[in-house]
Amino acid sequence: MTKEPSKAPTSGKLTAASSEPVRFDITRKKFRIADYVAEKIIKGVAFLSITIIVLIFFFVFREAFPIFSISKEIKKSTTENVVQDVQETYGEVTDQPAKEENQETYGAVTDSSQVQEQYGVQTNDTASIEDASDKAYTVSAGSGFDDNQSAIKTLLTKDWVPVSDKPRYGILALIVGTFKITLISLLFAAPIAILAALYTAVFANRKMKEIIKPTIELLAGFPSVVIGFFALMVMATFLQEIFHYETRLNSFVGGIAMGIAAIPIIFTITEDALTAVPKSFYEASLAIGASKWQTAFFVILPAATPGIFAAILLGIGRVFGETMIALMATGNAAQMDLNPFTSVRTLAATIGAEMAEVVFGDTHYNVLFLIGSLLFIFTFIINAIAEFYVKGKLMKRIQGK
Amino acid sequence: MIKSFRKNIKGIVIEGITLVSALLIIAIVIIMLTVIIIGGKDQLSWEFLTSFPTDGMTKGGIFPAIYGTALLVIIMSIAAVPFGTITAIYLTEYAKENSVIAKTIRFAVRTLAVIPSIIYGLFGLGFFIKFVGAHIDGAFFGGELKWGQPNLLWASLTMSLLTLPVVIVSVEEALKTVPQELRAASLALGATKWQTIRKVVIPGSISGIMTGTILAVSRGAGEVAPILFTGAAYYLATLPGLGDQFMVLGYHIYVLTTQSANVDQTLPIQFGTTCVLLLLTFILNMSAVILRYRIRKKKTN
Repeated sequence: MTKEPSKAPTSGKLTAASSEPVRFDITRKKFRIADYVAEKIIKGVAFLSITIIVLIFFFVFREAFPIFSISKEIKKSTTENVVQDVQETYGEVTDQPAKEENQETYGAVTDSSQVQEQYGVQTNDTASIEDASDKAYTVSAGSGFDDNQSAIKTLLTKDWVPVSDKPRYGILALIVGTFKITLISLLFAAPIAILAALYTAVFANRKMKEIIKPTIELLAGFPSVVIGFFALMVMATFLQEIFHYETRLNSFVGGIAMGIAAIPIIFTITEDALTAVPKSFYEASLAIGASKWQTAFFVILPAATPGIFAAILLGIGRVFGETMIALMATGNAAQMDLNPFTSVRTLAATIGAEMAEVVFGDTHYNVLFLIGSLLFIFTFIINAIAEFYVKGKLMKRIQGK
Repeated sequence: MIKSFRKNIKGIVIEGITLVSALLIIAIVIIMLTVIIIGGKDQLSWEFLTSFPTDGMTKGGIFPAIYGTALLVIIMSIAAVPFGTITAIYLTEYAKENSVIAKTIRFAVRTLAVIPSIIYGLFGLGFFIKFVGAHIDGAFFGGELKWGQPNLLWASLTMSLLTLPVVIVSVEEALKTVPQELRAASLALGATKWQTIRKVVIPGSISGIMTGTILAVSRGAGEVAPILFTGAAYYLATLPGLGDQFMVLGYHIYVLTTQSANVDQTLPIQFGTTCVLLLLTFILNMSAVILRYRIRKKKTN
């Protein structure tokens, strides 16, 4: 009985197939196990890239999360954690209060003096810092020293001192440094890359195109550690001789080097956008008497602005997350100012430099993962904007709707 | 007459500026290549390539770094190329161009391509080492630390995630060059879709898969950020296995230039190592460019 039903359909199929050997109905498919399995496997594997994105989201955030969760737990039950917290600080309870007090006053002094230098806008900040350190102190006095609690309080300050008796994780200086270096590298890379793309797309003859495009592809293939090495060993000295600034490795050198790394991305996407502008735009412009350069600058370039915008966005993303060049050529000092000739420390470089030496599960470790999450969110948003907003706009403009 | 002449001058100047920008990029590439090759060419010898570092890394060769890079790249390709190729096949052969699934996958692939490489390092640490590795240790080794620490396998897998989009994009481009007529002919002869893909589409795009692999290898050989804390080591006296830390060319350069005590003393080795890495990626990229150029030519014909 059990065999009967399984036999019946196959035989039925066979007779159906043999009775109608020639049939041009393409939509009708015959079931084949190999095809079915192959399709399912291929489909499954194709979802891998989506899975990876989700996993990255999950695991990077998971390692960053303890900062927030533990501080909440402590708010709920401060008394319960006394014993555990003392154990976490490796039992040097006797030394700690004295040390902390010293550290505290020291920290407060430097903060206020720095604020005095800085136009007095941040008076609120000092208050909150002092407030924060006060709270941190009371917590540490009341329930033993709690690392995570104070870490989250110092997060929005500008002192990045992760390794000390009283570690502070102020990421403001890192963020400002990252933006400063991004700006410098874009000011260098964007004009060059866009103009070069314009040349390649509009003016260049076939032969020049065949030189420029592979060269850009080769530049895109340069490992960032090689560009970093070049910046560190050759460019830093060379630029210092020209501009006569003090620190040899600074955000200017790093910015230029990162610009070199960003040029291929900006160039490629801009060039794609420029060549996507329909030929009819070009011909119409020439037909009403515009010259070639006028057409290039006033017709083709404006038509491709959304694409160029996307190119710049992705260039920002590249520079923002660039690690090796930042590690090698920026000097790596977490200073917060807007002078292009001082050393900076970027977010990515901080992760790269400190993750290897950190204790797993430590607050420092969590904060580094938090910085990683920030980087990830930032690049994800940039890519999403470039993808959806810009592409939609570009298509609309080119199709003239 | 004068007006048009002025206009002409303006046009020439403006066109000249764009030309200069293009030439500047070419100049940057040439300068970087020549400076590094001239700086490193005295170091390049058979001995430098095949011997271990000696005298506290100040003398000797870079063989372990080359060996480590080779292993890393091979394991990475084994992981990335099949998955990348299959994803590309799905996107071109199975998915409908404008379906939600295809769009989402494409978006995911592009996102993977722009995620900073250091994030992959964090992911490798958080997922492969702290999650997968730790669970393997817990399940098979009774909690003894074996796979739950940085090693060659985890570094290679991390790197394969980074190079996955590179493979997908090149293979997809190559699959699109296989003419629709060939597919139709194969189906008309009675072949199934899977048979068509296996016997017609994949052989027709083998050069594209090659290009993707070469580009991925070049990218993987050059990236350092993802392996900073998933397996790269400063110095090892023995050649690594799958479960060991390993030396890599890129990390070697980074360590020698920034972490070593006497940077000036190791300068020749730094230039030599950089030169080797640059030539390696340069040759790989060059062959990828040529291959791709031939694919595109085939497409236009």
